[in-house]
Amino acid sequence: MKPAADTGSVNGDAVLSARNIVMSYGGVHALKGVNFDIHRGKVTTLFGENGAGKSTLMKILSGVVTPTSGDIVLDGNLVSFSSSSDARDRGISIIHQELSLAPNLSVRDNIFMGRELRTRTGLDFAEEQRQARALMADLEEDIDPMTLVEDLRLGQQQIVEIARALSVDSRILIMDEPTSALSATEVEVLFKVIRDLTSRGVSIVYISHHLEEALQITDYAVVLRDGAITATAEARDIDLEWIVRNMVGENFDLGSPPTGHEFGEVALSIEDVSVVDTSGSGYSVVDHLSLDVRAGEIVCIYGLMGAGRTELLEAVAGRVPMAGGRALLEGEDVSGLNIAQRISRGLVLVPEDRQRDGLVQTMTVGRNLSLASIEAFAKGLFLSRSRERGLVEDSIRKVTIKTAGGNAMIGSLSGGNQQKVVIGKMLTTNPKVILLDEPSRGIDVGAKAEVFRLLSERAAQGLAVVFSTSEVNECLSIAHRIVVMRRGRISAEFGANATKEQIMAASGEAVVA
Amino acid sequence: MTDVSQARKQSSSSASEGFDLAKLLLEGRAFFALIVIIVVFSILSPYYLSVANFLTMASHVAIFGILAVGMLLVILNGGIDLSVGSTLGLAGVVAGFLMQGVTLTWLGVVLYPPVWVVAVLACMLGAAVGLINGVLIARFKVPAFVATLGVMYMARGLALLMTSGLTYNNLGGKPELGNTGFDALGFNRLFGVPTGVVVLVVIALIGSIVLNRTAFGRWLYASGGNERAAELSGVPVKTVQISVYVLSGICAAIAGLILSSQLTSAGPTAGTTYELTAIAAVVIGGAALTGGRGNIRGTLLGAFVIGFLSDGLVIIGISSYWQTVFTGAVIVLAVLLNAVQYRRRSKLPSATGGQPTSQKRGKAETANPAQGKTAR
Repeated sequence: MKPAADTGSVNGDAVLSARNIVMSYGGVHALKGVNFDIHRGKVTTLFGENGAGKSTLMKILSGVVTPTSGDIVLDGNLVSFSSSSDARDRGISIIHQELSLAPNLSVRDNIFMGRELRTRTGLDFAEEQRQARALMADLEEDIDPMTLVEDLRLGQQQIVEIARALSVDSRILIMDEPTSALSATEVEVLFKVIRDLTSRGVSIVYISHHLEEALQITDYAVVLRDGAITATAEARDIDLEWIVRNMVGENFDLGSPPTGHEFGEVALSIEDVSVVDTSGSGYSVVDHLSLDVRAGEIVCIYGLMGAGRTELLEAVAGRVPMAGGRALLEGEDVSGLNIAQRISRGLVLVPEDRQRDGLVQTMTVGRNLSLASIEAFAKGLFLSRSRERGLVEDSIRKVTIKTAGGNAMIGSLSGGNQQKVVIGKMLTTNPKVILLDEPSRGIDVGAKAEVFRLLSERAAQGLAVVFSTSEVNECLSIAHRIVVMRRGRISAEFGANATKEQIMAASGEAVVA
Repeated sequence: MTDVSQARKQSSSSASEGFDLAKLLLEGRAFFALIVIIVVFSILSPYYLSVANFLTMASHVAIFGILAVGMLLVILNGGIDLSVGSTLGLAGVVAGFLMQGVTLTWLGVVLYPPVWVVAVLACMLGAAVGLINGVLIARFKVPAFVATLGVMYMARGLALLMTSGLTYNNLGGKPELGNTGFDALGFNRLFGVPTGVVVLVVIALIGSIVLNRTAFGRWLYASGGNERAAELSGVPVKTVQISVYVLSGICAAIAGLILSSQLTSAGPTAGTTYELTAIAAVVIGGAALTGGRGNIRGTLLGAFVIGFLSDGLVIIGISSYWQTVFTGAVIVLAVLLNAVQYRRRSKLPSATGGQPTSQKRGKAETANPAQGKTAR
């Protein structure tokens, strides 16, 4: 491992510093002697792959966990936080990447949860409401403070989470993936708020998987890899390539469209499909959309959050009902079939959220892998263990899952390998068409490249692949054709040679300079 | 990467050396608890440790054990079945009613169905009660707790209505009517083993094979562990859900037949609160009430722990009030240990998996910023 550049020095403008922080879980070192400075009144962004130790470091700095060894220096004084509320009292607050809202309570109650404003006789609802309203105005979000959080869209819920952190008036604000569910305009507003905060002297730590987005807002960039700082720099001196190089350790290519094979017949034909919003508003999230995918072709569906990508794929797979239109698999109408019947005919979906929809956490790697193809190893009434073992071992090898074996618990795998299990489970059914909803979500760059390589190999063998993404870079990797969705419709189609600007403009996203 | 994999090896080897005994005790706790119970009571009472007493206790356990196997299926699915005690009572009463002869007034005849017909009809009744539970829960989305609570009251009420609160005492049948043999379930022995125990063993074997060797078993574990993932993998989750309640109902009916045969009477209040004992047996056996974890072996051990403990307390003459307290304490202890075990399980793999738990949790949440209901 290369020595970290310029880390040990004590920065004059550091408001909070981590010194030689080591964090061990069992025998595993999550952090190996990390030095990290938060610059006063500036935005410091921490880059790193999943599992690099970003969230662990932030949890240490916000008092959620105590490091195994090392010091925390606040304003030049050695401190130790006994709890997150201790850290909060000293002006440090954190927006966790997972939402921690109570869906059954109103926006106001969520913002003031745990530190309600009091009058002599009870709670000061009027003042709470006024402050909540002011926060929403700051964030340019038209949300009534009395709305229940469960009635908000995901992006708005994230705004509430941010508002709660802002309401504390902290000096140091740690934002761990604050924008994962926000639209481009909401991100713009958040950035405006961040600039406003820094101009008032608040120090921000920012973590995001959207590298370009983070590069826009940050003043300092720090890269963490395998629990150690690999590089630090001022934002004006660096570019995207620098970040990726330091994060991954080598130049990383997500691949290119597989060539050298002829496309076959149309494998999947989506005809005039509409899907109505499940909340009962009658609004069409997918609006009379048609799309043909041929055998061996890889189609990428790009779109912002809420463009209707997930709903389209789930309707085609049979998870949600279509309000209109039909889906044909090799010319046969599958619209009336249930999920199991569609799987057995060769149409499978890899869902967006692998924890909630993809994996059975109580089962082993092998049983997860074989779950969708139980008929393949059933002998009459009983299951053949040897046939199942063969199937599982075959799948582990083909999908290159790093695991101790089929009997390992699914929770022992890293995120990328868990995702490979979900994909492997569906590939084991020998599908003709595979739909993947954000297959790269929450996995690191290396695993991403492996997943894409796997898909292009299978496409070369005649599998029709449709995957959705919200990252432009992924569109420009293995897809033969890029379809941009906007408000439930296809707004544009491009070949593999499209530019990022074209794609982002078609999605309705503001073009980033 | 190399140092991480080395660390992984170290931590797993130290874990296997250091925690072996604790792990063994924890995972085999129901088994060790049973041994402790047998040893303690054998010391306290000279009558406890004998084949005759063990067989008597085993025939008591049979009732709870059969209920518990059915309950295990429901709990593996992530549900609960509060109606089994009442179903047991109702099945017994219906069997008793049929043994008295069915008067068909419009034909002017009295039918005396043979015992096997009575048994089959009682099981069909249990299946029907289970079907009502299953349809309410799977099709109409009534929470399992509430649906089976309602059915529990209804079944009990029907049993009381049928008998006006009285008990059928004459279950023996008459040789000339061809309906003798009901007492076989309670009193006959196969190679010295009471029929009830034999039935329990058969049901447990079938259950074990179904759970481990059939597609249905795999579907059950999958849909109990994560219903949404199972559904997207093509598992018929609704059919599985309805089936477990039907099977639980059948188990309850079988238990009802055996109990009324053992008691030589069928009373409408038989089996009151037995559903709770069955749940306790499943929990002591290490199953998770959240679904997806548990097995037949553990559940049987759980049933034997409860049965041998309460019979032991009776034998050494401890008041029934204290028996209740002891049983409760055992259940609380079991659930406490379950919590410890599942916490360890969720921690251990991540400690050996190269990544800290907190990190992993966080990642899980990234993939799912909207937990649960707020998602759509």
